[in-house]
Amino acid sequence: MTTFLQLFYEFFKVGLFAVGGGLATIPFLKEIAENYPWFTISELSDMIAISESTPGPIGVNMATYAGYSASFSEGGLLWGILGGIIATLGIICPAIIVICIVSKFMEKFKTNKFVEYAFYGIRPAVAGLITGAMASVFVAAVFYLNDTGKITGLNIPAAVMFVVLTALYAKFNKIHPVIFIVVGAAAGIIFKL
Amino acid sequence: MRIYIDLFLTFFRIGALTFGGGYAMLPMFKKELVQKHNWCTEEDILDYYAIAQCTPGVIAVNTASFIGFRKKGVPGAICATIGVVAPSILIITVIAAFIRHFADNTYVKHALAGIRVSVCALVAVTVFGLFKKNVKDILTAFLAVAAFTVTFFLGFSPIIAVIIAAAAGITVKIIKEKKKQTAPEKKSDKEDE
Repeated sequence: MTTFLQLFYEFFKVGLFAVGGGLATIPFLKEIAENYPWFTISELSDMIAISESTPGPIGVNMATYAGYSASFSEGGLLWGILGGIIATLGIICPAIIVICIVSKFMEKFKTNKFVEYAFYGIRPAVAGLITGAMASVFVAAVFYLNDTGKITGLNIPAAVMFVVLTALYAKFNKIHPVIFIVVGAAAGIIFKL
Repeated sequence: MRIYIDLFLTFFRIGALTFGGGYAMLPMFKKELVQKHNWCTEEDILDYYAIAQCTPGVIAVNTASFIGFRKKGVPGAICATIGVVAPSILIITVIAAFIRHFADNTYVKHALAGIRVSVCALVAVTVFGLFKKNVKDILTAFLAVAAFTVTFFLGFSPIIAVIIAAAAGITVKIIKEKKKQTAPEKKSDKEDE
């Protein structure tokens, strides 16, 4: 039961502070991974992959997956499903509340210079935050780690794969991300990453 | 009652059929909301998007709340928003259950390891785009680096970073404005050039 309350509260915070949609939720999810035993940093990147390959907004998908993983270990399938629903309700609640307030004075909000100024500061910071969160995901994906999380060596096939895929995606960014994810899965099996 | 079911089903379809969230959902919103139901105009949708980006939370969820609220107040907002997230809850729960069940399979392990690398590549390219778009001057560059540093190396919460970045954006822009007001001649000189 406490897990459900914690899930709702934590994802409510994500919904309230993750501004800019999609990837902006990653830094907050990384913080949750560090503070709760619900999912690991590696599972966070699984979540990103699943969200990129399934329909629906990424933030919502992540909330459902995280809620499921967190509650499954406590009470099995049914709890997992409930946890997914609760975390998702948590992430959408702030949006519903804020939007219902904002739409009353929409025109003013749209042209308010303070809102514009705040976003002038927030947007670059969000880019920095995502980089910070992804740095941990990157280390876990490309290096070998021991049990305490210390780097013990470079996973060379993974590093090469990262460079190649990044170059390809930068050049052909019209290709749907799901293709890259399938390629990644195939390469992972072939090279036994 | 009819309109609530309509709102739910329409946004359910949008949630089920769009991959990736954010801007990827724009054409689907247009088709369902403007052409099919005539609930709003195309300009309305772009306005909702602009505001959804400046309000916390997932963009698609915010847009759903907006349109639901405009049609039928708070209950309408709730119906539309639950509709847009319901497909995610269903799909992700099935996938999460599947992954949990097969996580120990060797092939699934290798595939996930490969997928993690491709996720890093995908996010790296996207984040690079974010930097290019939002880092425009010394302040924004500083905020991006600072947000990265305080969360990655010093373990600060991203919530604090977002709040400080917003405050910094507002403060610096207002100081700049004041300077412009005290030196109006200089400004008009520049405009002549």
